Amino acid sequence: MSKLTLNTTPVDARPAPKRGVGPIAWLRSNLFQGPINSVLSLLAIWALIAGLTPLIQWAIINADWLGTSREACNSGGACWVFISARFEQFIYGFYPSELRWRVNLTFVLFALLIGWLALPRLPAKKLAAVVTLVVFPVVAFYLLHGGSFGMPAVPTHRWGGLMLTLVLAVVGIVAALPIGVVLALGRQSKMPIVKSISVVFIEFWRGVPLITVLFMASVMLPLFVPTEVDMDKLVRALIGITLFQSAYMAEVVRGGLQAIPRGQEEAAAALGMGYWKRMGLIVLPQALKMMIPGIVNTFIALFKDTSLVLIIGLFDLLAIVQAALADADWLGFSIEGYVFVAFVFWIFCFGMSRYSQYLERKLHTGH
Amino acid sequence: MTSQTAKADDTPMIEMRGLNKWYGDFHVLRDIDLTVQRGERIVICGPSGSGKSTLIRCINHLEEHQQGEIVVGGIPMTQDVKRIEQIRHHVGMVFQHFNLFPHLSVLENCSLAPIWVQKKPRREAEALAMKYLERVRIAEQAHKFPGQLSGGQQQRVAIARSLCMHPEVMLFDEPTSALDPEMIKEVLDVMVELAEEGMTMLCVTHEMGFAKTVADRVIFMDQGQIIEENAPEPFFNDPQSERTQLFLSQILGH
Repeated sequence: MSKLTLNTTPVDARPAPKRGVGPIAWLRSNLFQGPINSVLSLLAIWALIAGLTPLIQWAIINADWLGTSREACNSGGACWVFISARFEQFIYGFYPSELRWRVNLTFVLFALLIGWLALPRLPAKKLAAVVTLVVFPVVAFYLLHGGSFGMPAVPTHRWGGLMLTLVLAVVGIVAALPIGVVLALGRQSKMPIVKSISVVFIEFWRGVPLITVLFMASVMLPLFVPTEVDMDKLVRALIGITLFQSAYMAEVVRGGLQAIPRGQEEAAAALGMGYWKRMGLIVLPQALKMMIPGIVNTFIALFKDTSLVLIIGLFDLLAIVQAALADADWLGFSIEGYVFVAFVFWIFCFGMSRYSQYLERKLHTGH
Repeated sequence: MTSQTAKADDTPMIEMRGLNKWYGDFHVLRDIDLTVQRGERIVICGPSGSGKSTLIRCINHLEEHQQGEIVVGGIPMTQDVKRIEQIRHHVGMVFQHFNLFPHLSVLENCSLAPIWVQKKPRREAEALAMKYLERVRIAEQAHKFPGQLSGGQQQRVAIARSLCMHPEVMLFDEPTSALDPEMIKEVLDVMVELAEEGMTMLCVTHEMGFAKTVADRVIFMDQGQIIEENAPEPFFNDPQSERTQLFLSQILGH
């Protein structure tokens, strides 16, 4: 015979019990939990100290920071004097020094626009996007290249250093994303011609090394186009990088498109939306959000790949540091040079990575 | 040619004649003839795989039929994309898995199509959305995202989203099958109200109580065919075909 149980007193909600807090408790539960864990922790700490101490000694404690020539470097540590003496060249390349304010102004404008776009507190994001994507490129072109509005022209072969790296990366990133989206949509198209063109394009560019693309762009392209069309070497490199990366971008976006349930497009279709509205309003916003890690991964790869332009004689940051290493006055400071280049690349890539993680959190709507 | 625009009230809402459809070699819909008058409420039932969902998905061309003809609100269905979109403006649809747009708020889900498809001003579209959200009793959640709502709430939003386009006919594709039992009623209540207001409805559902109270006609399908169609009272009390009897005994048996 079963007996009726009836409980009518509600139980009040209580806070969850506190976990062990304080540094000692944290250490015990995370680093020294059992003998194997403790030994591994000690080993790791030892390895960190053994590895980092000489690095810090070399890079900071024993380093020489001040001076103008190699005579200032006599303490046995890193010679950052080499970097500071050549700093302007690393940033601007061979851009005439009296015109470098134009580069600075472009940098500042760009930083302001990125801040406007990235900081959520600032208003009018749509206007910011239009200014960044439409107005800024024109302004930047006239500022950097000059040749009108009374500004003397600076031909692109004098561009170099970080400035050139940023031009390559930003143009590549801004152009590769939309082309990649169009290619990804084309690859999913039901129209056979659009589909095959997209597939062939993507598979061709994905199958060719970027170095080959750059060589072809700089050496072979002039053989095919009529001589009166004198395409700038930088423009050719930009086109090569953009097409190459847009193929990768297309595959990333395709992955995102496939992850969107079919019901989403069906619901949009049932509401009477045509193809472009279904894609632009429903499918792509969701797919792109899902693909932020992949897209930023491609951006980061693109940013670093720009250094390959050194093989076609463009002096990006890496190339110009390498050139400076060959200077007879500064022989033997290649470690400092490469560490500096790596550090600058790392700053930009890490920044992109952090921003993408922030975006992912911000765009999460609980599904 | 004038039949494309004819909208006199005596034209049937939906006419299907000799409809056939195949998935590859699999014959899903076989010689379907069905006429739905304006204001009629029809419940379609049948075992899974009988083609009932496919049938109503043909009405707004989410599925393409290979033979036969469909006329919706006087507009004959063709391959033409513009024609299909025109038909879809008159036909609302509610899906088993709601298919709300997760990246948009409830309000945006409802106002999106009026803004972009019917070109209504934003303010007007949002007022319209709020009106229908109130009607499905969920206006207070308008600024939440679908992922923050329960299944029953999401399905009610999906109904409001369809109604915002002022459809002449509503298709329901198993609207309560993905819901927890205690949420089925809130959705059915909204559907009953809609039926009482005179909306033309085609519902694929296993809710036989709903069929008994609301339907003008119940259609039983099996293996891609319409086996039996009748008013609910004789359909449930005196089914003619053996397959219908078996089906009803299986779903009403306990």
